[in-house]
Amino acid sequence: MKLPIVDHPTAARPFVTNPKRSPWHDKALWFVRSKRDKQAKGVSEWEHLRELASEIKTHTVANLADYLEKFEQAATNLGATVHWAADAAEHNEIVLKILRRHETLRIVKSKSMLTEECGLNHFLENNGIEVVDTDLGERIVQLRDETPSHIVLPAIHIKKEEVGETFHQHLGTEKGASDPKYLTEAARQHLRNKFLLGEVGITGVNFAIAETGGIVVCTNEGNADLGVSLPKVHIACMGIEKLIPRFQDLSVFTRLLARSATGQPITTYTSHFHGPRDPDSELHIVLVDNGRTRLRGNSEFRDSLNCIRCGACMNTCPVYRRSGGHSYHATVPGPIGSVLSPTRDAKSYKSLPYACSLCGSCTDVCPVKIPLHHQLLAWRKELVGRGLLPVSKRVSMRFASMLFQRPRLFAVAGKCGRTALRVLPHWMTHNRLNTWTIARELPSPPRESFREWYGRNRNDD
Amino acid sequence: MNASTSSRRSMLDRIRTRPLDSNPLPTVNPSRMTTYSDPVQKFVEILGTVGGQAHIIDRPEQIGETLNAIEVFTNARRIASLVPEAIQGDVDPSCFDDPHGLASLDWVVAPGEFIVAENGAIWVDGRSLPHRVLLFIPQYLALVVSRSQVVNHMHEAYARIGTPTTNFGVFVSGPSKTADIEQSLVLGAHGCRTLQVFLLP
Repeated sequence: MKLPIVDHPTAARPFVTNPKRSPWHDKALWFVRSKRDKQAKGVSEWEHLRELASEIKTHTVANLADYLEKFEQAATNLGATVHWAADAAEHNEIVLKILRRHETLRIVKSKSMLTEECGLNHFLENNGIEVVDTDLGERIVQLRDETPSHIVLPAIHIKKEEVGETFHQHLGTEKGASDPKYLTEAARQHLRNKFLLGEVGITGVNFAIAETGGIVVCTNEGNADLGVSLPKVHIACMGIEKLIPRFQDLSVFTRLLARSATGQPITTYTSHFHGPRDPDSELHIVLVDNGRTRLRGNSEFRDSLNCIRCGACMNTCPVYRRSGGHSYHATVPGPIGSVLSPTRDAKSYKSLPYACSLCGSCTDVCPVKIPLHHQLLAWRKELVGRGLLPVSKRVSMRFASMLFQRPRLFAVAGKCGRTALRVLPHWMTHNRLNTWTIARELPSPPRESFREWYGRNRNDD
Repeated sequence: MNASTSSRRSMLDRIRTRPLDSNPLPTVNPSRMTTYSDPVQKFVEILGTVGGQAHIIDRPEQIGETLNAIEVFTNARRIASLVPEAIQGDVDPSCFDDPHGLASLDWVVAPGEFIVAENGAIWVDGRSLPHRVLLFIPQYLALVVSRSQVVNHMHEAYARIGTPTTNFGVFVSGPSKTADIEQSLVLGAHGCRTLQVFLLP
């Protein structure tokens, strides 16, 4: 499938220029970031844990084939069925085949960024299967026919009044109601029925343990557990990077995940599944590649496979907080999304590595120490090499390069610039041709350059 | 089936054609991790911050007394108890073949194995539940666990579980909750609306 080219500044414009929405969104995410800081500071060994997590993940990615085989063996011994999917289409076919075999018409699904990545919902709906997302945020965006704008807080971009309107339309709540407690209760009643009618439960996976063949799913709402403990069939879909080697490694990741994500000491439910529930039940685990083995081969961006999808990098990102998740046009937005998306399709996502001020805050909060802002910078280098920069940037960069290579020309240009700044009338610099000055003033020029000053004062030797 | 087998081979092959050097797995040194002088007190404190309520008691009979002082308990019509020495339920969940039959449960009282001080979590072993949905489907949940069974942090917790021998186990930390509408915390999303934890000696 050919993807349209995403221009992040254009895609972000409606959100950024909305004087109420953008600051409100910014504040909501900063609140989550502050909660994360409080939790991180409460654990004195925090940096040590990040170090451990990074080492475990890096080791796993290096030895991925062995661990995948080990996992498959252990899970199969427990009675689970392990499937392998090279790409999104194959993943969807595998899930559909299982559902067809059970003549399933209704499924309940808990949050899974992988199934979002694969477009599972629409695929199943097109095949006549009712899909109910049971995470409250995901249900809200599903009813609104939107996509999640954040990987942990799918409906963070939606105001409670808008949720009220959506629920009024779909669930019959009172018109104008916007109390989160009332709306959550309405969703609880609505989804209870869906849970009871669900014939198959689909979940994502937070961690898969190679040594034991088990999987771990973390939720606060309890929707994954409710969804899979009623029906007899549980399908768990995971990217192959979710693997960790040993059961004991969970201790490191369960300490980091919720603290980094939402500022909780641990998620409300951390459920460990080892094989199907009973001899009558089935547990299917779908291992999905969809570009991950290729990404593993790329030494520059390999570390991004360590991601545990906590969302801390988006909560802290000054660009994400102000532009909203939808401006990235990708399943995973924010800093990690801006690294991952171009690895899938560099041309379509070439503007994302520039949706970044290189402030480095994402790198500081990442629980598995992915050097996110270094990777974003590396992407820019890569995009230049591949000739994917827009003409305006290519020409100006070439001009700058020429200028910096010629000291005398540089000195003349500097002098001209300083004089121009002094003598040009305001309207000449501030007009619609110069977008840089839309919300900025130009600096007042110094009388002389550093070079001139140096020549006068330090030219003894 | 064949497609999946060939995908399996191609995925493994693509990984193996690019061998990478790696350091050995690190070992976690528990002595580097924070411990608490009074871990039970820490557990009680953290459980409170995640919306649960802890009760330190001396005898199992006190569980019934405490619950009977809670209005939503005295009004409850369908109670399942897996801790008979604490309280007698009026629904026997082991009589149900199909877990859907448990949908109308008001309260469940279930045993926990141990508690974790750092995050207010209780480990519940699936073996103690005739149906695992018992933890998630009732309106209200009470867990009963011995406070002598306390660990400081998750490293001790997983070391204590050792190698999992049951097909299901869960850490529960507080009642089910969501903040998906404008970051407003609401207790009682899909699972239990409140969580009572009784800490016996």
